[in-house]
Amino acid sequence: MSTLRTEEMTLNMGPQHPSTHGVLRFVIKADGEVMREAIPDVGYLHRSIEKIAEKVGYHGFMPYTDRVDYVCAMFTNQGWAMACEKLAGIEVPRRGEYCRVIAAEFNRLASHLLTVGLMGMDIGAMTPFLHALREREMINDLIEELCGARLTFNYMRIGGVAWDLPPGWREKALAYLDHLDPILDEFNALFSYNKICIQRLANVAVISAEDAINYNLVGPNLRASGVKWDVRKDIPYSVYPEFDFEIPIGRGEWGTTGDAMDRYMMRIREMVQSSRILRQALTQIPDGPVLAKVVRNFKPPAGECQVRVESARGDQGWYVVSDGSSYPWRVHVRTGSFAAMGIIQKLSRGLMIADLVVLIASLDVIAPEIDR
Amino acid sequence: MNNSLVTLIGRAMFGPAPLDHTDQAAAIAVACAVVLFAIAVPFASIVTWVERRVWARIQSRVGPNRVGPNGFLQWLADGVKHVCKEDVIPEEADAPLFKLAPYLVVLAFILPWAVMPFSSMLILADLNIGILYMTAITALTVVGVLMAGWSSNNKWSLIGGIRSAAQIISYEIPAGLSIFPAVLMTGTLSMQGLIRAQKWEPYHWFIFANPFCFVAAIILFVSTLAENNRTPFDLPEAESELVAGFATEYSSMRYLFFFMAEWGNMFIAAAILVTLYLGGWQIPRFNWSPALMNLLQFICFLVKVLVLVFVSMWIRGTLPRVRIDQMMSICWKYFVPIGFINMIGTAIWVAFFPHGSRLMEMAMFALALAIVAAFAWRVAYFTRRSRMELYFHPTI
Repeated sequence: MSTLRTEEMTLNMGPQHPSTHGVLRFVIKADGEVMREAIPDVGYLHRSIEKIAEKVGYHGFMPYTDRVDYVCAMFTNQGWAMACEKLAGIEVPRRGEYCRVIAAEFNRLASHLLTVGLMGMDIGAMTPFLHALREREMINDLIEELCGARLTFNYMRIGGVAWDLPPGWREKALAYLDHLDPILDEFNALFSYNKICIQRLANVAVISAEDAINYNLVGPNLRASGVKWDVRKDIPYSVYPEFDFEIPIGRGEWGTTGDAMDRYMMRIREMVQSSRILRQALTQIPDGPVLAKVVRNFKPPAGECQVRVESARGDQGWYVVSDGSSYPWRVHVRTGSFAAMGIIQKLSRGLMIADLVVLIASLDVIAPEIDR
Repeated sequence: MNNSLVTLIGRAMFGPAPLDHTDQAAAIAVACAVVLFAIAVPFASIVTWVERRVWARIQSRVGPNRVGPNGFLQWLADGVKHVCKEDVIPEEADAPLFKLAPYLVVLAFILPWAVMPFSSMLILADLNIGILYMTAITALTVVGVLMAGWSSNNKWSLIGGIRSAAQIISYEIPAGLSIFPAVLMTGTLSMQGLIRAQKWEPYHWFIFANPFCFVAAIILFVSTLAENNRTPFDLPEAESELVAGFATEYSSMRYLFFFMAEWGNMFIAAAILVTLYLGGWQIPRFNWSPALMNLLQFICFLVKVLVLVFVSMWIRGTLPRVRIDQMMSICWKYFVPIGFINMIGTAIWVAFFPHGSRLMEMAMFALALAIVAAFAWRVAYFTRRSRMELYFHPTI
């Protein structure tokens, strides 16, 4: 009996595809529904943001940092501001640090809500996405009151934040947190613990702890593999040491440690912790100024520095070299999504096409953050 | 087909005298047109609006509410928009097949209406193989979908088409097996015969006749969801994986045809279930005029069908999509063996209780009521609990 001649199919997923979360491209070698390999191709959203920094100066670069990762722009703001402060040795007022933490944690909530919602949409359920976005809208409203923008915030400045909390904002924010906690339970009951959802996510694209470390995964993706590493705890910055919160790690309750379900649940658990941090920050916030005195023609002394912030997509590194002029000599951002893209090729072997979508969604890659 | 709608229309057109062949053909054509344009097409179109509104409610949105009262005329606006768009045929596509595919799908959606038992008289043709005809014709969809997937010359379409073929053909089997219990109990394949064997009281419906029928009805419902590419089995057009599946390259009216057929097939699938297991158009007997009785029967049938259609919309708004291997294992590992058990079980049941068991009917009816009550209580509980949270607007 002669065997039927079969052929490997090469599929182009992207750059325009509904579930690549932006402009990404994967070259898929597929045998029917099962993939031999999916090769990520990045660079479609490269905007030379690092080069722009060398041309616009330290203050002027702040709005551009929003575009590095527009889903959680507060963290990129914070990273840039912290790098500049470290270069020039500026002390941020305590109220300013609190405002930063509050804004950033709200942004983390918004980003994670988007991620869990998109996970729902990528496995075929529209409803969780819209429920999550409904909650995210309220966070956007809060942040809009805070800084006037809903997506690209430009809230932070070198030496603090641009605006203090508006009057009555604290109460609104606390009321929102009271509203969010039961909503997360409801979201779990409606979607996360759904039998089909667990079947789709559990045991899919398992990343072992060694692989996660070797492939340089950061943030929730790393923690989902069971590695307890969080910049907020391990290299504390800002006022995070003053808060009592936990670092959830993946335990594989539904399948294997480090599977897509763990990475998905990691976001939900981090939202609970963010809400905890926010409650403490909103009640403990001290009085005082929010912005230190910084000269307009900001010229840090020559030198270099590296700061790390725990963004919603993990450890975000900002490396700045100053030559003493009013323009940085070199800026580099190290982002979590770029690292996460590296592991996709390895994980994709033997997955189904539907699982690749789950894998991308569970790694929470955001195209602008990959390419910058 | 002498006592049916065709005769009624023939009499109205040509007077009470017996009809000759030309007259009868004209009457049949008119009757078909009535069913098609008064029921089938408007249903398939209006249900798009219903679905979008229902879906919007589930997702705490508003949904289309601009065209007409509550957005009711949205389907007309959408239709006009689609007709006005350019009908793009890709250069590399196999043009004849590409053009033909939507018509086959629409054909598979239109032909079943011939045996649709709306009421005791409102049926185009009460074929003695009605239900067999129905399953055979609805399976024609797969040809159109596969053709669309193949001829588009697009790999995503191809995967969608192949998935669709695998899925529809697989789920034909449990669906077919789940039709047998009702057929075994009545000994007929005619749609009207199946309905006449049931009574209007819910506990005399076939779904409650014995436990096997109960399971068979559920399997039939899930299988029809899969055959119509409805969530959680919407793999052929999985928009997050395959862009739009087999319909990726389609635009304009041809695209509309696919989706009109999909929504129309929801009605057909629900009608099969209502006919077989949920008592069809059966209403209590009154000594009223036949026209009024038929109208009431029609409403009864329509309400039952719409409830099932609503449930399938509800499922679509609730569940994620299964993966293709899971979809196959649901079918071959669970539904097909259970379907065989149902068939054999019902055969044995019919041998032991040729006239049915009143006790079992009551027990199954009570069980179903308990399930529905428990579900309603749960929904009410969660609705009450989440009301405060859902209507919370801290900043707006």
